[in-house]
Amino acid sequence: MSVEFDQKIHDTLANASLQLAIYTATGRLKEKRIEVTAENVLPDYQELRTQANALKKHTIDNLDHYLEEFERNVEAYGGKVVYCKDATEVSDFVLDLAKRRGSKLIVKSKSMTTEEVDLNERLEHHGLESVETDLGEYILQLAHEKPYHIVAPALHKTRYDVADLFTKALHVARETVPEKLTLIARGVLREKFLKADIGISGANFLIADSGAVVLVENEGNARLTTSAPKIHVAVAGIEKVIPRARDLAVFLKLLARSATGQLLSVYTSFLAGPRRVGEVDGPEEFYVVLLDNGRTRLLPDRSKRESLYCIRCGACLNTCPVYRKIGGHSFPWVYSGPIGAIITPQFMGISHEPALPFASSLCGACGEVCPVKIDIPKVLLELRGDVKKMEAREGQNRMEKLAFRVFAWVMTHPRIYEMAGRLAASVAPAGDGKWIGSLPAPMSVGPMKAWLSERDLPPSPSKSFREMWRNR
Amino acid sequence: MGNQVSLFVTCMVDQLFPKVGMAMADVLERLGYRVDFPEGQTCCGQPAFNSGYRAEARTVARHFLKTFEASERIVVPSGSCTAMVTHHFAELFQKEPETLALVHAMEKKVYEFATFLTEVAGVEDVGARMEDVVTFHDGCHGLRELGIKSAPRRLLAHVKGLELREMVPAEECCGFGGTFAVKFAELSGAMARTKIEAILGTGANTVVSLDPSCLMQIQGALSRAGLNVRTMHLAEVLASR
Repeated sequence: MSVEFDQKIHDTLANASLQLAIYTATGRLKEKRIEVTAENVLPDYQELRTQANALKKHTIDNLDHYLEEFERNVEAYGGKVVYCKDATEVSDFVLDLAKRRGSKLIVKSKSMTTEEVDLNERLEHHGLESVETDLGEYILQLAHEKPYHIVAPALHKTRYDVADLFTKALHVARETVPEKLTLIARGVLREKFLKADIGISGANFLIADSGAVVLVENEGNARLTTSAPKIHVAVAGIEKVIPRARDLAVFLKLLARSATGQLLSVYTSFLAGPRRVGEVDGPEEFYVVLLDNGRTRLLPDRSKRESLYCIRCGACLNTCPVYRKIGGHSFPWVYSGPIGAIITPQFMGISHEPALPFASSLCGACGEVCPVKIDIPKVLLELRGDVKKMEAREGQNRMEKLAFRVFAWVMTHPRIYEMAGRLAASVAPAGDGKWIGSLPAPMSVGPMKAWLSERDLPPSPSKSFREMWRNR
Repeated sequence: MGNQVSLFVTCMVDQLFPKVGMAMADVLERLGYRVDFPEGQTCCGQPAFNSGYRAEARTVARHFLKTFEASERIVVPSGSCTAMVTHHFAELFQKEPETLALVHAMEKKVYEFATFLTEVAGVEDVGARMEDVVTFHDGCHGLRELGIKSAPRRLLAHVKGLELREMVPAEECCGFGGTFAVKFAELSGAMARTKIEAILGTGANTVVSLDPSCLMQIQGALSRAGLNVRTMHLAEVLASR
């Protein structure tokens, strides 16, 4: 495990107010999801999940076909599709566009894909102003932080944190009432919308048969971002394509329910092409940036490529007992929680943080709530296997490898196993039947020490089961 | 099919909690089963599998398949070890059709203890008596991989003198997770403490589960916190009279 990963986990666990904030906020989202997916409210919930999984499987299995169809239809409406292989290509495209159009100010709606490629930082580095207009994202931009959660990016910030931040960054009188804080942000952001030359959004779905970008949001800022400025750029991972508009009947039923416990989000926008003759609003130019950034690496692996089915609802984070303890910033990349634990190693390479797939008790709660039925625990297990293969190739972690070879040998030789058990029992303290709080220094090493750092050890029984069985 | 059953007590029960295995045998014999213990048994291989050592897990899994090949039915005091055999062995032998056929035959013969009682033996009242207020901890693999939810509760409902109080939330992991418990000890400990808060919220004196590993984690953390709540395997409760 990297020192950084370990330290961030420790710091988050040690911060009592942060612990309460994470546990409460995720708990609320989790409870709301349970309510709106209950049998008496949504009887076909499990059937919808099965359908969503089948639709995603079919699309990812035929991704080239649907991407080409999407591109043809975007162009038929007068838009343009741009393929980008990585972060640099995305920012180069936007920078070039801004330069050609003489643009200085960009407004953005919430998008994990643009977070993934550090788009704001890259644009600002070249002298452009890029402003987040989702309230949570705006708060984090002022705080110079990355999202804490896929859906609720500022989940870890209390209103008092936000009050401090606004007072300092915007030079306004301190307000702690959430509604008033929202109005402050709104005042600042309205001006930005009116002056911006380019609006950048993400995309929840790309519809192949109609060339449309679908945006799901609650604040209305995505609608302004994509209609007020003259140019709209939607940035989306290639896996966001779905075959037909009617497939949304399945996905929209699941997305808001799984994410926030809403039946539907406040706004669902369908955007296809720039403003047409006779239309009163909409951008003059319409671009869809399709990002790879490691995604095509997953395609050859029939088993693990189901990781690309994700619709970024965040339900797995809210239900995950690990995320609910270590929060979003402990994770080594912008994607956190169970889904982050499986896509980070696959997009970035497993050596990015080899301990990540191991940071799970494999409880399976994530797979149970995933609206597209990604078998996250199965993928975690496969990634663990990949990590061990990499370590073997590179000669790392040799002691552990040896320990498991010995384990396999002992477990296939019952008499050796029994002798080893007796030997261990003979040196282990019996504790007079009581649980053991500490061991003598020479024994309190490695896994024993780690166990004892948090819990007591069971006393060693005087006889193993097999001895008791023989004697009975 | 006769009334013969084989015990797979798991390595953890064999080495650390032998009374759980004896209690399970007691209950089964009381119900008229003839119980045997194949001496060659060791472990299901889950520690290696969950740690990413698939070749080593495969070796141990093969040993399990050989040891229990002749058994007609195998009963296991652990949801997690049962799920290893019935839900993960097949993944290990995808490229070995002959072994895979043995695995599929094995999957039909292996039962988690509570499920065996309710589904195969067809009993809910085993004639147990225990004056106590208990709460039940759902082990994650039993709950989510094997779908065990009502069987242990129905069995507990028939124990005379016993009152079951559900904890809230009931389905959250205790934080054990095999090597996770030592690789991420601080995190695992924090998860255990959240579980303990839920347990204390019920006012129960005893935590019952189907998994010795969860019970080791929970009892270890209870004991560390100096709390006077005990843990028991379901088999021990059902053997009480």
